[in-house]
Amino acid sequence: MAAEKKGLQLLDFWVSPFGQRCRIAMAEKGLAYEYLEQDLGNKSELLLRSNPVHKKIPVLLHDGRPVCESLIILQYLDEAFPSTPALLPAGDPYARAQARFWADYVDKKVYDCGSRLWKLKGEPQAEARKEMVEILKTLEGALGEKPYFGGDTFGFVDVAFVPFTAWFLSYERYGEFSVAEVAPKLAAWAKRCGERESVAKNLHPPEKVYEFIGVLKKKYGVE
Amino acid sequence: MSPPVKLLGTFSSGFSRRAEAALRLKGVPYELIQEDLSNKSELLLMHNPIHKKVPVLLHGDRAVCESLVIVEYIDEAFDGPPLLPIDPFDRATARFWARFIDDKCSTSFWLSLWTEGEVQKGFVKEFKQNLALLETQIKGKRFFGGDTVGYLDIAASGIAHWLPVFEEVASVRLVTDAEYPDLCRWAKEYTSHETIKESLPEREKLLAIFTAKKDFFMSTVKSMVPK
Repeated sequence: MAAEKKGLQLLDFWVSPFGQRCRIAMAEKGLAYEYLEQDLGNKSELLLRSNPVHKKIPVLLHDGRPVCESLIILQYLDEAFPSTPALLPAGDPYARAQARFWADYVDKKVYDCGSRLWKLKGEPQAEARKEMVEILKTLEGALGEKPYFGGDTFGFVDVAFVPFTAWFLSYERYGEFSVAEVAPKLAAWAKRCGERESVAKNLHPPEKVYEFIGVLKKKYGVE
Repeated sequence: MSPPVKLLGTFSSGFSRRAEAALRLKGVPYELIQEDLSNKSELLLMHNPIHKKVPVLLHGDRAVCESLVIVEYIDEAFDGPPLLPIDPFDRATARFWARFIDDKCSTSFWLSLWTEGEVQKGFVKEFKQNLALLETQIKGKRFFGGDTVGYLDIAASGIAHWLPVFEEVASVRLVTDAEYPDLCRWAKEYTSHETIKESLPEREKLLAIFTAKKDFFMSTVKSMVPK
């Protein structure tokens, strides 16, 4: 058997906000990695072998060993590379717990509600719109007056949520609302994050995401 | 001196008992405040306004919500034997399987219990596949944590102690020694562990509570089954 590939590799899909979390985290930490774009319609041997349970991206390979699930990958990066800037605040269990709670909230709520916004019509879509506004206001509440969810530093929750800012335009168009209107501090936070090199280099333009959703809608026969 | 610890929980909730298991393993004294989920207290609504669920850990003026987040907090905030492994890769693995239990196993199990006919067969197949995957993680180990009980054992406690009760209420038998010898062996070890068993609700009481709620449980799957 060939020797395991040394270093970091990321199995990912270009538009995935979950994959982007990992890209942004590694950029913030100054970690070099090999990006391996995956064809999700025809999954590779490597992907199926690395994530046999879920067969999903992102997967981080570290010296050939797989770590799956984006938030777990973020914590792994903190713990395996302790000399790099920490995403979870070191030595503060309560701040860490709050960060984990809010990242979990993003995971439970944002993507699913967003998908319902563009997949559904009529009453169910209106419900999804109402829910998305609620979610954004809740997250804005958690942000408070801080520049970042992590306080003064760009941290775990910021990395967990920022990829979804590229989806705001799409949520706004399908939901017929404005993020700047319903959650102005959140909109300001999104802009602030967008000025960071790690974010600017790793998110796709919102119009591209909107275009991608259009393709998905055709694929799923949603019109 | 560390501020007092209170836990908002219930007698029968497996999630609530996860927090208790972690506190007991760390030797942290705590006051359990029993919640009536049909009439949620001001305290609960104030400290978990987002999900309005138990458990909530109150440590001085800190409130921590979500059972697995609470277990990690307990591991980090208090001295005592570590609940998570030391090695980063092992920690990632433990977190992965804990999420698997909560996201996949629980849902397919719940749907296997309360649906019928062909629909039920599908969920049973899915649950059994999920369990078979989980069993690979306990093969050749005394506990998921190795020689000592840890984070993943606590996360899996529902399978050890609550699952058999639900099976009895639903008259469904999914987890047998024959099919899952390692998991069943682990379940016995876990539930008889001297510290863990203090955190577990009495089986007969659980059975009575869940039997009384059977109709309610059956009604919950209606919104869960994809059309």
